[in-house]
Amino acid sequence: MFQIFSKGYSAFQKTWIVTEVHYDKELLLIDAESPSKDDLENADYYDVAYKAMTSLDPGLPEEEDRQLIQMVSYKYETEVKDLLLKNPDFLGKIVPIKLTASDDVDQVHKGNYPRDIPEKNRRVNDYQLQIYDMLNERGDILSEFNISFFTSPDSREAELAGIASSFMGTVFSILVCLAFSFPIAVLAAIYLEEFAPKNKFTDFIEVNINNLAAVPSIVFGLLGLGVLLAVFNLPRSTPLVGGITLSLMTLPTIIIAARASLKAVPPSIREAALAMGASNMQTTMHHTVPLSMPGTLSGTIIGLAQALGETAPLILIGMVAFVNTIPGTPVDPAASLPVQIYIWSESAERGFVEKVSACIMVLLAFLILMNLAAQIVRHKFEKKWS
Amino acid sequence: MSKIKAENVNVYYGSKQALFDVSIDIAEKEVTALIGPSGCGKSTFLRCLNRMNDVIEICRVEGSIKMDNLELNSRKLDVVRLRENVGMVFQKPNPFPKTIYENVAYGPTIHGIAQSKEEMDQIVETSLKKAALWNEVKDRLDEIGTGLSGGQQQRLCIARAISVSPEVILMDEPCSALDPIATAQIEELIDDLKKEVTIVIVTHSMSQAARVSQKTGFFHLGKLIEFGPTDKIFKNPDNQQTQDYITGRFG
Repeated sequence: MFQIFSKGYSAFQKTWIVTEVHYDKELLLIDAESPSKDDLENADYYDVAYKAMTSLDPGLPEEEDRQLIQMVSYKYETEVKDLLLKNPDFLGKIVPIKLTASDDVDQVHKGNYPRDIPEKNRRVNDYQLQIYDMLNERGDILSEFNISFFTSPDSREAELAGIASSFMGTVFSILVCLAFSFPIAVLAAIYLEEFAPKNKFTDFIEVNINNLAAVPSIVFGLLGLGVLLAVFNLPRSTPLVGGITLSLMTLPTIIIAARASLKAVPPSIREAALAMGASNMQTTMHHTVPLSMPGTLSGTIIGLAQALGETAPLILIGMVAFVNTIPGTPVDPAASLPVQIYIWSESAERGFVEKVSACIMVLLAFLILMNLAAQIVRHKFEKKWS
Repeated sequence: MSKIKAENVNVYYGSKQALFDVSIDIAEKEVTALIGPSGCGKSTFLRCLNRMNDVIEICRVEGSIKMDNLELNSRKLDVVRLRENVGMVFQKPNPFPKTIYENVAYGPTIHGIAQSKEEMDQIVETSLKKAALWNEVKDRLDEIGTGLSGGQQQRLCIARAISVSPEVILMDEPCSALDPIATAQIEELIDDLKKEVTIVIVTHSMSQAARVSQKTGFFHLGKLIEFGPTDKIFKNPDNQQTQDYITGRFG
């Protein structure tokens, strides 16, 4: 736990390299006198961006350029372009620019990268370290709060990878899960507790529900794979399928919680309503169900929190895919937070180590919030009866 | 005049018989007390009168119970109508965990008795007044009913029961959870109510039965041992067992 926090907190910091870029019209291949937005959009930024980096050490022979380029993320060209698109009047000027440092430089800056191992075993060579030290002395290495960790989707490059797609995937999955499991589970609980006759058949159903709660989650994943994907042909890797699969898991949890809280409603309340001439349905809907809601809701939240941390069934239905877009709807491909942890923990780059810890922290925060919500719901709405 | 006429009522819980051939005539606008030791079947009999035994799955009722010539122990009976006409007050005060107003208004609401908000307000006020609770709660009708004291809760339950103007009110040891002052208030209330409704009360307290009732029935081991005017039962019972019970020799 301590390790997660000590390793993970640095992932919330992002390292930038500051350099100067000259938006030279000639290098941008812009001919027009007063270029339009489209012209800027279609200009060639390769040379401008390249020059911005190589200008850090003008004496470096051309064939060694790669060493400098490797110090920033591979998206540096886009970053150069975006700055100009945002500020069209920079055209023709020399302006300072912040470029995302590569994860290796990032790790060096955060002190996670040992400098004393032999150069050939290091991903950052002596020359790059020398440039880094020079920039650091000049104050051109910045460390700021890592907004992109929360706003970017996953990436193969540690310095660019964020949790936005997996976070949204988790949110959508939970919503779908809630939408499917809550109504079915509550109605099932009401039927079993209030209306169903006590006979062998309902006993059988009850035993099965209790057993269902103990089934390993991967089995539900297989069910999702075999039924939802293979038979119903729902889009794979999506929160829709993930949510339905997870709802199978939360269903028994919610049914058990709802039945327990229905049982906890004192029989005297039921008798009072029945003696007033309320029908069974009125008694249940006016009195028993509203009184049992706090318990049912907190059980539901705890069931959802369980589903939130579930990885195995999601891997089986393909939510383990590398997704570098942020899902906008439940039918877009997405990952989920626990799966994201799983994906990142398999990556070799050092930069992902802290990302894994940071992602775990986000997941834990999410879980704590949900459990807190369950407690609050239970205490706030619980009514006292005589 | 007879309001309820029970003939040869037998009640079984599964294979165990709880009542044996009980026949009783309950007079209109009178208080009938049912006394007897614990487990003698008096509550079971009371619950036959508004079919509350239906709730208990293993319970089976045989025999005939007629109210105004309507057979109560019949499958075809509309239980909702019956319970509208036969209210019940339980041993432990059991107001709904809702406001005082909602507690009293619940019956009229589900039976569609009040046509307007004003009419409902009127019903609530009259019921609470009849239950001698109005003066204590008129300024806090939107407070939760379970927040009242035990005696007030029980009077709230009585107000709830009379809100639908029933012809009969069944009371199952209504004072057993209350202190003597609250008990006295309830007894006074029963005395008032009997001008308009028929009351059947189950009680453990023989002095209470003597105080509030006009007729008394003594139950023992599922049988109605003796039934007659309260005075006679307490002063000069025909049966030796009744004599022993009311003088405190057993039970």
